[in-house]
Amino acid sequence: MIQPLASPATSLSPNFDNSDKFQVRKLNFFYGSFNALTDITVGVKEHAVTAFIGPSGCGKSTFLRCLNRMNDLIPGTRIEGKITLDDNDVYAPGVDPVDLRRRVGMIFQQPNPFPMSIYDNVAYGPKLHGVRKKSELDGIVEESLKRANVWKEVKDILGRGGLTLSGGQQQRLCIARVLAVEPEVLLMDEPCSAIDPTSVQKVEDLMAELKDRITIVIVTHNMQQAARVSDYTAFFLQEVAGEPARLIEFDRTASLFTTPKDRRTEDYITGRFG
Amino acid sequence: MQSRERVDKRLTNGLALGVIWLAAIATVGALGTILVYVFINGIGQLTPTFIFGWPHGVNMEGGIWPTIQSTIYVTVLAMLIATPIAVLAAVYLAEYAVQGRLVSTIRFAADSLASVPSIVMGLFGLALFVEGIGMGFSVIAAALALSFLLLPIIVRTTEEAIRAVPKYIRWGSYGLGASKWQTVSRIVLPSAMPRITTGVILAAGRAAGETAVVIYTMGTMINAPVSPLDPGRTMPVHLMLMAQEGINMPAAYGTALLLVLMVLGFNLTARYIGRRNRRMQG
Repeated sequence: MIQPLASPATSLSPNFDNSDKFQVRKLNFFYGSFNALTDITVGVKEHAVTAFIGPSGCGKSTFLRCLNRMNDLIPGTRIEGKITLDDNDVYAPGVDPVDLRRRVGMIFQQPNPFPMSIYDNVAYGPKLHGVRKKSELDGIVEESLKRANVWKEVKDILGRGGLTLSGGQQQRLCIARVLAVEPEVLLMDEPCSAIDPTSVQKVEDLMAELKDRITIVIVTHNMQQAARVSDYTAFFLQEVAGEPARLIEFDRTASLFTTPKDRRTEDYITGRFG
Repeated sequence: MQSRERVDKRLTNGLALGVIWLAAIATVGALGTILVYVFINGIGQLTPTFIFGWPHGVNMEGGIWPTIQSTIYVTVLAMLIATPIAVLAAVYLAEYAVQGRLVSTIRFAADSLASVPSIVMGLFGLALFVEGIGMGFSVIAAALALSFLLLPIIVRTTEEAIRAVPKYIRWGSYGLGASKWQTVSRIVLPSAMPRITTGVILAAGRAAGETAVVIYTMGTMINAPVSPLDPGRTMPVHLMLMAQEGINMPAAYGTALLLVLMVLGFNLTARYIGRRNRRMQG
């Protein structure tokens, strides 16, 4: 399932090959006039888990939000460069971010169930996209909750408010909610930093199960987690405050953590800073 | 030196606490005194004949039923006019308008509108609705004038309610491929609804207790209005006239007590909705 890297990863040569799900070329990101990210070139492999790591403020979450154009919701942001999903330019005029986000789902750091029942939370997406039949919705809700590893805990309380669940259950409910619209890619922005350890385990397990069908990108603070769950890892770093952050190194997770090519990557993963 | 400083600190701390306590007691005390005073003077009046009977004589004896009916009528009508407009305006301000000079101007205008003295609003209603458009003294003229008073109140509370809906809940919706309107109508408004309802109910209390606006737009005629074009006399107006004449002060206090209970009822309902919601979402 995991394809070999086409070219060795250095900051100059492309970090992707043409079969990648997402291909990002020379991306620059701006908050107003502030250049937050510069010269990011990287690919996201299909049916694999790619982790973005780096210290706080290194732009990894910002970069993640470029992939499904969530940054469009923040006034004054813009990008330069090119991002393609299945070879189609994500930022081309005429691309509706609403359609894009259906294909590229997102899980946030803070579990964010809607203030409605567990059932309605999961059915929300399919209903948006026109599924009306009760039997069909029932099927989608059950299937999605199962895939998100939370069905057993909630199957008897589907009518209860989503916000009555524990934080970890809420996060898995949110994953089920996203799975219900059958995205091709799942972006996870520090999905485990606000939940209990048992739930972390369950979320990590389900990532492994999901990647057969879905491409996953995870931003994480936790290097052990990146090492456990991901196939590929990208290391981001803002070296000087006020300067844009860069992609320092991208490689298979096993290689990046055992034989980092860049001195800064090595310093970070051995805990010398960050 | 150090020990003196510690004494000073304790002294100032105690003083501050005392002053804060006094302020708190004064606030609660003011409310309590008014309630107790009105209650003691009015409770003897609250009989079924007083509440459900019609006034007679020079309208100072007997019951106050038509004024209760007029009050409810004009309040409900004013709410029906003001609420949808105010809520939609607030949605626009909070969700759609590009935040900048124009929006802050609109907000400033709303705040200023809220601080226009209600007697001025009454005069304006008299000139525009009663005479200008020719509605005469009527429930509809009063409801329209009242809605000018209520609009800014509801706009501000609704806008705050919408802004209080956490960003990440919206993101959850956008992240599923929802459009802006889908997100606003299915997630943001339902989430904000308890707080919006609270604001609307508090505004209703304000409308029910308003005197200056309705006296110039609805008149003072004792009448049980049926059509919106009928005139009427609301409870606050009745109360004012009775207190002015001084012929039957007990009836004035009885009316006052009923009015206070009504507005208090509105406030408690609003509080209840706010609390129930917090429990549900907690």
